[in-house]
Amino acid sequence: MKKLLSLTLVVVMALSLLTGCAQPAPAPSGEPAAPAEEEVIKIGVFEPLTGANAAGGELEMEGIELAHELYPEVLGKKVDLIVVDNKSDKVEAATAAARLVEKEKVVAIIGSWGSSLAMAAGDIVRNAKVPAMGTSCTNPLVTQGNEYYFRVCFIDPFQGVVMSNYAFNGLGAKKAAIVQEVSNDYAVGLAKFFTDNFKKLTGDENSIVAVANYNTGDQDFTAQLTNIKAQNPDVIFAPGNFTESALLIKQARQLGIKTPFIGGDTYETPEFAEIGGDAVEGVVFSTFFATEKPITSESTKFLDAYKAKYPGKEPAAVTALGYDAYLILIKAIEQAGAADSASIHKALLETKDFQGAAGVVSFDENRNAIKSAVIKTIKDGKFTFMDVVEP
Amino acid sequence: MKFYLGGVYMTLELFLQHLANGISLGSLYALIAIGYTMVYGILRLINFAHGDIFMMAVYFAFFGVVTFGMPWYVSFIVAIALTGILGMTVEALAYRPIREAPRISILISAIGASYLLENLAIVIFGGRPKTFPQVPIFTDMVQIGNIHIQKLTFMIPAVTIALLIVLMYLINKTKSGMAMRAVSKDFETAKIMGVNVNRTISFTFGVGSLLAAVGGIMWGLKFPSILPLMGVMPGIKCFIAAVIGGIGSVTGAVIGGFILGIGEILLVAFLPELSGYRDAFSFILLILILLFRPTGIMGEKISEKV
Repeated sequence: MKKLLSLTLVVVMALSLLTGCAQPAPAPSGEPAAPAEEEVIKIGVFEPLTGANAAGGELEMEGIELAHELYPEVLGKKVDLIVVDNKSDKVEAATAAARLVEKEKVVAIIGSWGSSLAMAAGDIVRNAKVPAMGTSCTNPLVTQGNEYYFRVCFIDPFQGVVMSNYAFNGLGAKKAAIVQEVSNDYAVGLAKFFTDNFKKLTGDENSIVAVANYNTGDQDFTAQLTNIKAQNPDVIFAPGNFTESALLIKQARQLGIKTPFIGGDTYETPEFAEIGGDAVEGVVFSTFFATEKPITSESTKFLDAYKAKYPGKEPAAVTALGYDAYLILIKAIEQAGAADSASIHKALLETKDFQGAAGVVSFDENRNAIKSAVIKTIKDGKFTFMDVVEP
Repeated sequence: MKFYLGGVYMTLELFLQHLANGISLGSLYALIAIGYTMVYGILRLINFAHGDIFMMAVYFAFFGVVTFGMPWYVSFIVAIALTGILGMTVEALAYRPIREAPRISILISAIGASYLLENLAIVIFGGRPKTFPQVPIFTDMVQIGNIHIQKLTFMIPAVTIALLIVLMYLINKTKSGMAMRAVSKDFETAKIMGVNVNRTISFTFGVGSLLAAVGGIMWGLKFPSILPLMGVMPGIKCFIAAVIGGIGSVTGAVIGGFILGIGEILLVAFLPELSGYRDAFSFILLILILLFRPTGIMGEKISEKV
């Protein structure tokens, strides 16, 4: 009896480990696998579906799945989405990407939310020569020097300029403090571009009065914030993951810091507004797309389909990017007339003026999309459009 | 009084604010470390699932308030009770069947139980963070001069000390406590003396899990974003706190918790460029204490029984 019990327990535990590695993907549309191997086109998706960035990954999945439902076929073949969870972890992200190219033999990859996660997959897609389409990973290094990585979003040098301009012109700030998620390439990069441009705008080398760091997963920021409070900045720029950022701003308000907080695209998740509550009212950040400003006819199509599928919900900007990442691959396959990685790669390099839900995409020499940024704020717990900034 | 430190002029006021932050974090570590150390003290078993039981408690309390609409005090009590039951269940399923096995097997089983709970939580509760309900009488701020302190900061040490007194009484003055102490010395002999070993160990786990639950709820109130893997870091930190204090010693765990919490905050406060290494600081502390004083601050001086 005892033996049996411990044996079952061992099996259960072993299985639990397995579920950890092979998170059953949220099934694309529940259809069974197609009969013959050649008749389906496999597109891999690697997104953080668990861990600290899970909300971001799920928002992008909504968009990817929506696009898959609207465009389930290309060249008369069915498209299969192979979804793997990169667990918000750099090591897992590399494993997830390797699994997609080696085991699943996908022709192209979509993902990921989070620049660090995308960068972890960089070498794998380059060596396998499988084109990858970044969704909202904005750090320049994701695509730089990697001719197989593309993305449908703008990059941080632009976002940093947008936010520092806003701080200087919009808020009239002369002294800024930075709190960055130091283990996150996105946050560190964005903070640097913000710093560079803010110094240029103010003409003052000492205009950044404090720089504080924290790690992914940290929950206590009181020490950093107490020091920043003593410096009395006009604005605090805090790029980082949404959970940490929300807790950070909450703790800042609790410590009596009334300085405005501004940030980047990662803020736009429902969890940010929910965890932050009253504390994040009035926080301003840059992002990719606003539902108030549909840009193309595809935007309208996306918005209608989204509202039909998720009644009462507003799509996040990254959801539109997930949608675009899928669609741009489908269009490339269509244009190439073939669904092998090399043809898709070639077609992507030639892509011009792709009409996506989150704007028109043309790639620059580093395969980054050149498009406008949107500034949003939080008003009554909702993300509200403020301004649009052209590149 | 003013001196230049950590990129800012450290005033007394600023220092006191840092100290308040440190005490607030340290008392939370202390609370969770007590449960760790108690189970170790009795069973000589490091319960690696402690952090995950702590996480479960936070979710129980969350669902009580948010899904079932219970008032917070009802929900918290239900969550604490459920966590106690969960702790005893884990003990019955993962540790009791291999009671006679070498200690290393039990340790591995504990790690397995920890993974099982984490992955169950991911499957059942989902991987996206949830927001723990805010109860104003705990989460409101108090302002003394220019120093802002959350009410919790006063409550956590009070709760910790109250639990410590109850625990001391339980272990030293009651019959169950006597049984626990007997079991901690020698399973076999205790059994011969008529102590129901299984029940005593189960009871120990129940109490340890109750402590984890109280710690978890306090944690949820202080850091309201909750995740299935939220127990991992606090679990490790509090294990370190327990080792620093001298694992097995309840007062040691409290001291260790405060050292760790205040140390972390002061490290970030005075050496901001090292703030990315605050977790590393805890581990370095662990290594140092293991090198120079393996029994910890309050550790028992007797050597391991042969």
